[in-house]
Amino acid sequence: MDIKEIIQPENLVHKRTPLMTDATLSYCPGCGHGTAHHLVMEVIEEMGIQQDTIGIAPVGCSVLAYDFMDIDMSQAAHGRAPAVATGIKRLWPEKYVFTYQGDGDLAAIGTAETIHACNRGENIVIIFINNGIYGMTGGQMAPTTLEGMKSSTTPYGRDAKQMGHPLKITELVAQLPGTYYVTRQAVHKAGNVRKTRKAIMKAFEVQRDKKGLAFVEIVSNCNSGWKMTPNESNEWMEEHMFPFYPLGDIKVEGKIVKDLLKELM
Amino acid sequence: MGKMRGAIVVDTERCKGCEVCIVNCPTDTIGMAEEVNGKGYHYAYMKHPENCTGCANCAIVCPDGVITVYRVKTEK
Amino acid sequence: MGEIQLMKGNEAVAEAAIRAGLDAYFGYPITPQSEVLEYLTLQRPEERTGMVVLQAESEIAAINMVYGAAGTGKKVMTSSSSPGISLKMEGISYIAGAELPCLIVNVVRGGPGLGTIQPSQADYFQATKGGGHGDYRLLVLAPASVQEMADFVDKGMELAFKYRNPVMILSDGLIGQMMEKVELPQQKERVTEFDPSWATTGKTPDRERNIITSLNLDPEKQYEHNMKLQEKYARMKEDVMYETFDCDDAEFLLVAYGSSARICQKAVNVARSRGKKLGLLRPITLFPFPTEIIAKLSRQVKGILSAELNAGQMVEDVRLAVNGRIPVYHYGTPGGKIYSPDDILKAIDEKLMGGY
Repeated sequence: MDIKEIIQPENLVHKRTPLMTDATLSYCPGCGHGTAHHLVMEVIEEMGIQQDTIGIAPVGCSVLAYDFMDIDMSQAAHGRAPAVATGIKRLWPEKYVFTYQGDGDLAAIGTAETIHACNRGENIVIIFINNGIYGMTGGQMAPTTLEGMKSSTTPYGRDAKQMGHPLKITELVAQLPGTYYVTRQAVHKAGNVRKTRKAIMKAFEVQRDKKGLAFVEIVSNCNSGWKMTPNESNEWMEEHMFPFYPLGDIKVEGKIVKDLLKELM
Repeated sequence: MGKMRGAIVVDTERCKGCEVCIVNCPTDTIGMAEEVNGKGYHYAYMKHPENCTGCANCAIVCPDGVITVYRVKTEK
Repeated sequence: MGEIQLMKGNEAVAEAAIRAGLDAYFGYPITPQSEVLEYLTLQRPEERTGMVVLQAESEIAAINMVYGAAGTGKKVMTSSSSPGISLKMEGISYIAGAELPCLIVNVVRGGPGLGTIQPSQADYFQATKGGGHGDYRLLVLAPASVQEMADFVDKGMELAFKYRNPVMILSDGLIGQMMEKVELPQQKERVTEFDPSWATTGKTPDRERNIITSLNLDPEKQYEHNMKLQEKYARMKEDVMYETFDCDDAEFLLVAYGSSARICQKAVNVARSRGKKLGLLRPITLFPFPTEIIAKLSRQVKGILSAELNAGQMVEDVRLAVNGRIPVYHYGTPGGKIYSPDDILKAIDEKLMGGY
């Protein structure tokens, strides 16, 4: 069969969602941010909620998320996305509001806003990209940087005695009564992408059903910051990040489904 | 039993040559072009088009969303 | 006549916020303004008008809730006192940069640092010169009575939307805490139609997406944005407000706002009874500053005393307006100490009149 016969509109099985704009993504080659962006927009397209959705872009690599997502969006000050989302959602309780934040934004400077939005059970979705590093500012230590992991501010590796331990904020927020669905996923492999898509869909459904806060962590790579090729960084992520940040649902329908005590040891 | 035949179309100017699609392709269909695009990146292409089953793994892991996938069920 | 009540300034602001049809208030407790949030929660505004009232986890969160909510095109406000306003400054800069309308009440207390809970006017610079980072201005209203605390809520919101700019009511612990008779405004309906040209209402197929941001990485664009802001701040002059007392034949002039203006008004009365031709100019908007009237009066009077509950801040703007034509002095008590009319009269004798 000729290729030209296959490439016909009736045979289309996957194309870029029209909810992503035509702008070229500002992310490095191979960065999981782009994959995560597409997934969020695919879910919004599938649910048919473009005109009812307002997104919050953080400070960090995804500060320009609103250039790529074809929905109304508000940029937020560093770490303040959950507070900005709270303001919007409280005034538009029937609309869908989500934040898209990195680890420095969500788990360092914005820890208070994150914890309290979760604790109030704000009916929003938080998409949390954890790549263990400050990408945009050039690869400094993040709250999620692994012990021993090198960054531009831990050039000899993170020493927990001096710099503290990597923060498992997702396990932390799962313990708050306001969170209804908490999960940790990845987007480097096709199987993971499919699971993450389902997780994001579920998160927006939780919001639609007014059940509380849905929190989706995506463990991702930062090949530039980690100084590896994209595929090397994904392998490194599987080998080093996943053991400390294990993938899977943590809280489903308001009930913790993982042995958190074991996880936190 | 019909066999799945697929094909991909790469938006070569938007491709950043990250190669994530290559490791995610279960049928060794994709390779990187010798040539570079306007931004200087080698871009993905169907190196072995006959292998493609249209599974779309490459497209869904592509961070830049540059791959469109087509699939047909053949008679034999 | 409208409904008359005896209220604290802080309570009057809160009641006026409900009556002005505001959609939301986000706040955090701090003395001497905690009554605003207390009064609002007690009043069940969600039942009275549907207004949202939320106690945030910090002033930082509260101002960012305001930022998000203001971006939806609705009417929102927050209140705090000096240290809390300092925390809000990051968010206020973003709100100014993103050109969002909102109302911020600052019930000023003495500083610096944790300072004191007593009234002060030490945040004049912070309020009128921007306060946070970047070239921006707030439109600043300075109430001198509980009545004005109530009146400036609706007025402030109107100006905030007129310019798509944050408006600050710069009050202090004296006006916030004291009780006076206040005529309350009529209840306004909450607005349900929103300007879709810029607000985050959800992107419909008939328009481009709306983005609330203060980010412009391209310096050319950031320059253009800044110049547009500057043009807007210059345009605010048309809303300058002030009040004059006994200025027609004045030979000496007091310039004072807010609480200080009340004390100075008494000083003018006493001076007049002693045959001294003293007048008072009370700026009501501190930005835009009533520069023109001060320049005009500087051609009539022999000297000006800027009386402020601080170490000398507004005096700089008075001097700029006077431009060296006549002597301009400052009298003030920083740190939460309040002067009396007698203190003012003494300062006038010593500094201005020189035994006149």
